[in-house]
Amino acid sequence: MTRTGSPWPALLGAAGLVLWAGCAPGPVEFTGLRDAPQELSAFGLFEGEPADHVPAEGVIPYDLTTPLFSDYTEKLRFVRVPAGQAATYHEEASFDFPVGTILAKTFAFPSDEHATGRRLLETRILAHLDSGWIGLPYVWNDEQTEATLKIAGGLLPAKWEDQWGSVREQGYLVPNANQCKGCHEATASGVRPLGAKARYLNRDLTYAHGSENQLVHWGAAGVLGGAPKLDAAPRSPVWNDPATGSLYARARAYLEINCAHCHNPEGPARTTGLDLSWSADDPVDLGVYKFPVAAGRGSGDRLYGIVPGRPEESILMYRMLSLDPGVMMPELGRRRVHSEGVDLLEEWISAMPEPEKGRRHRDPAG
Amino acid sequence: MKQLSPIALVCIVALAGCQGGGYEDAGPVVLQPDENAQETVQTALLTAQPGDVIELTEGTFEFTGSLSLDVADVTIRGQGVDKTILDFAAQQAGAGAEGITVTSDGFVIEDLTVLNTKGDGIKVEGTDRATFRTIKVDWSGPPKTENGAYGIYPVQVSNVLIEDSQVRGSSDAGIYVGQSRNIIVRGNRVWQNVAGIEIENSFGADVYDNLATNNTGGILVFSLPEMPVKNGRDTRVFRNTIENNNHANFGKAGSIIAALPTGTGLQVMANENVEVFDNDLRDNQTYNIAVLSYLVTEREYDDAEYDPYVEGVYIHDNRFSGGGDSPQGRGERLSKQFGGTFPDIVYDGFVDPAKMVDGELPPHLGIYVENNGDADFVNLDLGAMLAGKEPKPYNDLAAHAGSLPEPPAEIVLAPAGATGAGL
Repeated sequence: MTRTGSPWPALLGAAGLVLWAGCAPGPVEFTGLRDAPQELSAFGLFEGEPADHVPAEGVIPYDLTTPLFSDYTEKLRFVRVPAGQAATYHEEASFDFPVGTILAKTFAFPSDEHATGRRLLETRILAHLDSGWIGLPYVWNDEQTEATLKIAGGLLPAKWEDQWGSVREQGYLVPNANQCKGCHEATASGVRPLGAKARYLNRDLTYAHGSENQLVHWGAAGVLGGAPKLDAAPRSPVWNDPATGSLYARARAYLEINCAHCHNPEGPARTTGLDLSWSADDPVDLGVYKFPVAAGRGSGDRLYGIVPGRPEESILMYRMLSLDPGVMMPELGRRRVHSEGVDLLEEWISAMPEPEKGRRHRDPAG
Repeated sequence: MKQLSPIALVCIVALAGCQGGGYEDAGPVVLQPDENAQETVQTALLTAQPGDVIELTEGTFEFTGSLSLDVADVTIRGQGVDKTILDFAAQQAGAGAEGITVTSDGFVIEDLTVLNTKGDGIKVEGTDRATFRTIKVDWSGPPKTENGAYGIYPVQVSNVLIEDSQVRGSSDAGIYVGQSRNIIVRGNRVWQNVAGIEIENSFGADVYDNLATNNTGGILVFSLPEMPVKNGRDTRVFRNTIENNNHANFGKAGSIIAALPTGTGLQVMANENVEVFDNDLRDNQTYNIAVLSYLVTEREYDDAEYDPYVEGVYIHDNRFSGGGDSPQGRGERLSKQFGGTFPDIVYDGFVDPAKMVDGELPPHLGIYVENNGDADFVNLDLGAMLAGKEPKPYNDLAAHAGSLPEPPAEIVLAPAGATGAGL
């Protein structure tokens, strides 16, 4: 059996308190999918109007240098580490968060119909239980007053006016609880957070008291231990800001955050041999002159994952540009082509030199 | 499970009391088709307990996305092929490509039809014990490139049983067992796929009593480079009927399967220790049996651990008729020197010079062909090219008499409930 929050010895003398705490708002106790809170408010993450997403005490908003593309939705991220505890810093991997930690990510579209200027769609909770991390999707009601657990996910209607004034209408997909795992799971570590890594968090954020680097802020708030001085912490470039990194570095950051949760040696796409994680360095692992393994029709009549200098011959581009469920990559959570991401990777492949050793381009006809 | 203290029980009861709408444990879960099939079935898969049977009644369940299962020892059971139908034609972009994705041990699926998935039909990945029994995976209409790649698709699974099932229309392989261990594929019928049955980069498989007909290729035993699990071995292919696999190749170019010549009966490629016996091979127009190294594909690879040679193959007591009369694709080019036809059994003759001992291959790496009635044979001697010489093909079987010193053993699967045999 599992628990979160208070240690057992404290409970032994206070059964009455436990009974009360179990039903009270605020930090919530549960053991898995079957007894997970049905309503998001049970987590006590926000104060005031839920739609305003004002973080409650102990809840810290955060943002990433380069995020996963999610159909142009706005994403609001929050972390709550149990009071008196701290996550442990890692240079490469996700931080080690203590049991009881909650990570929350809300997806929203801009909307004039709401005073907040946005329509909340879904809040995904990643909760660290004794048994490991669990992913839970909560879907917001039309009144924007509460979000309800929808473990099977589903398709939500979404309609909004974009920054150029045209009305956009598209379905928004809520993943099911297994699909949460599908991206967040690795064979050795099980389910784990993806974005909460030093290189993605190493950027400034505007807090209530002003702007501050997130790693510094987390350290000062006592929720992160073991972090080095800021100039020793890695930083992933911002994928669409050339001032933050080279074309190569920005493309690799984009590939990691959008693809490497599956395409790494321990991820669900490990069977393909394609490794798009930040640390991969073998050109074939990255797809350069790599034949597809189980792409089926996803290969699109192209021979290799990446052909240097020829994005139009690279399977990677074919799959990014597709909206066919049997072809498109990523295959979950995307219903639109990320044109700007496509541009970045086209530019990267176009500028890519032939590898110095290993396979080189050979015309299929020649 | 840890012992619970009384106080812990109190706490759990308290929690259950304020959740409202919890889940009850009550016998098999029986589900009927309704407009909300996606949510109904997916919720049942998410809230299943180990050992549960989820029964789907007769009728058509229409899904808008993938289904996924991650609870151990769950059985999904219909009321029969073409009676209980799981139709994925309305699958949405972004909701997953496969029909059903399984990541938990002890999975059983039986007595139903999976129809029209955008990607693979049923994919089981990285688990122990997966059983597919009396199911059908199909794509409506004539076979086409837009169909999903694989019908039944266990990958990196130990203890795989696929029996008495049917697959039609896969744009890659109908039954595809990849990077797996301890496998039985028996009593199945595969037709109108690019490949009927493919055992790829796997270890220990018995493939028997299957009917493979009117695919581009009937049964393939492959080992390919640049995969995390490679150098497959120890497979037996016996008592199968492999006939008339002359369907046009409708695979997407780029995939290795797209280069498979129309009219391939059984192809063993780059595997080791394979026994082929008591099969009926008929009218496969390129070749009834091909024994090939990866080198014959002329594809480059960059993988120092990969062994591209086919070694240790024992072909005996099979029955042949017809076939080899009109080789296609790569087969057409290779057969030109023989007047454009092939014998029943074609071996490319690539031999790894590094494995030779005193100018000969050790016995366990030999290619043996015996007791196949009046079946004819050719060794294309392409290995001579590695030494810069002109190949001298020959039909004489004398150089291929004998048998494997240690043929693959019969596969015994781990019993239900067994644990810990994962890859």
